[in-house]
Amino acid sequence: MLRFLFILCTTPIFATTYHVSNSSNYNSIQQTINLSKDGDTILVEAGIYKEKNLVVNKEIILKGIQHPTLDGEGKYEIISVRANHVTIDGFKIINSGIGTLDDPAGIKIYNNRNVSIINNILESTFFGIYTQNGINCIIKNNQLKSFATEEQQIGNGIHCWKCDSMQIIGNNIQGHRDGIYFEFVTNSVIWRNISTNNIRYGLHFMFSNNDSYITNVFRNNGAGVAVMFTHGVKMFNNLFEENWGDAAYGLLLKEISDSYLVGNQFIRNTSGIFMEGVSRVQMERNLFQNNGWAMKIQANCMDIAVTKNNFLSNTFDVGTNGSLVLNTFNFNYWDKYEGYDLNKDKLGDIPYRPVSLFSMILEKMPPAMMLFRSFMVTILDKTEKIIPSITPENLVDNSPLMKALPL
Amino acid sequence: MKKIIKFVVIDILRNKIVLVYTLFLLITSLSVFNLEDNTSKGLLSLLNLILFIVPLVSIIFSTIYIYNSSEFIELLVSQPLERKNIWLSLFFGLAGSMVLAFFIGAGIPILIYEASSTGIMMLIIGCIITIIFVAIAFLTTVNTRDKAKGIGTAILLWLYFALLFDGLVLFILFQFSDYPLEKVVVFISALNPIDLGRILILLRLDVSALMGYTGAVFKDFFGTNLGFIVAFSP
Repeated sequence: MLRFLFILCTTPIFATTYHVSNSSNYNSIQQTINLSKDGDTILVEAGIYKEKNLVVNKEIILKGIQHPTLDGEGKYEIISVRANHVTIDGFKIINSGIGTLDDPAGIKIYNNRNVSIINNILESTFFGIYTQNGINCIIKNNQLKSFATEEQQIGNGIHCWKCDSMQIIGNNIQGHRDGIYFEFVTNSVIWRNISTNNIRYGLHFMFSNNDSYITNVFRNNGAGVAVMFTHGVKMFNNLFEENWGDAAYGLLLKEISDSYLVGNQFIRNTSGIFMEGVSRVQMERNLFQNNGWAMKIQANCMDIAVTKNNFLSNTFDVGTNGSLVLNTFNFNYWDKYEGYDLNKDKLGDIPYRPVSLFSMILEKMPPAMMLFRSFMVTILDKTEKIIPSITPENLVDNSPLMKALPL
Repeated sequence: MKKIIKFVVIDILRNKIVLVYTLFLLITSLSVFNLEDNTSKGLLSLLNLILFIVPLVSIIFSTIYIYNSSEFIELLVSQPLERKNIWLSLFFGLAGSMVLAFFIGAGIPILIYEASSTGIMMLIIGCIITIIFVAIAFLTTVNTRDKAKGIGTAILLWLYFALLFDGLVLFILFQFSDYPLEKVVVFISALNPIDLGRILILLRLDVSALMGYTGAVFKDFFGTNLGFIVAFSP
């Protein structure tokens, strides 16, 4: 017991705090790191530091005061973390090298655990914050901004490969290839990030099971958000907005299973959600507004339950490519619903068919878009609604809501 | 020539039908803008109205008007006037008053609620569609002296442009769906002023991104100034 107390009291005494500034004796961060021991703190004063490749190979806290600038001069990877329990806090990291062979990043974490990257500003980096084989790392409140023009000449904002228990919180990512990229990352959480104006995807993940995505904003990315080959995805309260273009989707789901999409908002996208090979997914309390297609469900999806969602002023509510329907739609509000409610149970008495004839025709023949909003097409749509022949008969909401849900 | 145009315009104004048409357009477009919560949606509703009502009224009213003024035309022919001049001044008088009616009826609400480039574009398209359909009415009246036949032809032509044409296009698209039709569709759409007007407006609105590859071809063509000129030249 005494010995335990002794350890408890003495460890902080041995930890040293170093001050690095351009004017003092300690004017190189790298040399100071080499001098330090595990558990030390290094405070870096404001200024511009050209340290080439800064290697953090001890368990230290590296903290910037008023965002000192680390300049990679367009040649180097700026910070390489090669130890556990490292904290990097409050730096401005600019101009990393560019290279597709070794993928230089603003900050790269190599096979470590419990690393925290907090409050940094990254500008014009190739990759922003790159983690490989990281466990239980925190990437929090960083601002990442790059000025990419072509997909080949830029890396991802926050890139995680083969990680576990990551926390990506409150970051703001702009102008990278993919805002946030996950591959083989499990049991992680992505919370309150804003990913905008990236050239490819706002969020891109594959083979990353059991992750949660909560209250993020994905806006105006080249192709929206893509989610592939994963099970156990939980997406709550995210905003998918302004993803326009022929191949852009608010959210692209491909080969996803056993997942939840609850309380998300899809606003002004070409397609709100595009689903292919998706199974056993619950979609509840989402808002689809002003999209071209609110939802495109390919015929190879099954057991998707679309319940209690609002569909407001979308050009087309649901699009599909075949007649097989293995999904259920219930208790949704569709603003195009023209039915009535005689028994006043707030549910429409006649079923609603969200797939219009014209959207089926378009799926087969895109040039038919020329007839969009033509009177002829309106007549055909109305007839089809009464006697369905081309549109899938089972794709129907049997109990549509009369009033929009308060979402 | 100016005198004849003046006669025609005064005659049409005395007729009162054009005034009713103006009032109808004014009321519907005002109500459309007031009912819809955002103006671009109102613009879309108004688009359907313009593409449907305006050609109908223009073509039928003009046909009947010309048939009814055959005595007046005969009188003019007996005077030392060039026939071309008579015909042109009749056309300008009719088209001018119809355009004026449209401009007051639909143009003023558009300018009040949505004076954007899209709104102005819609205004121009409405005027041009009016002129085109007055011209078609002139063509039908020239071809037949029989009043019933002429008016019937005019109604059929309107039906063809407003409804049948789209059905035919859909039919052609289905029949030749194995071929790349994007460019052909651009050409076909140029054959119908109503379709052309609709596409030009839709490309201005946000839905253009919906249109996929065909939309891109359209935009490439009609979005450029050259395409614009081509679209308006017929």
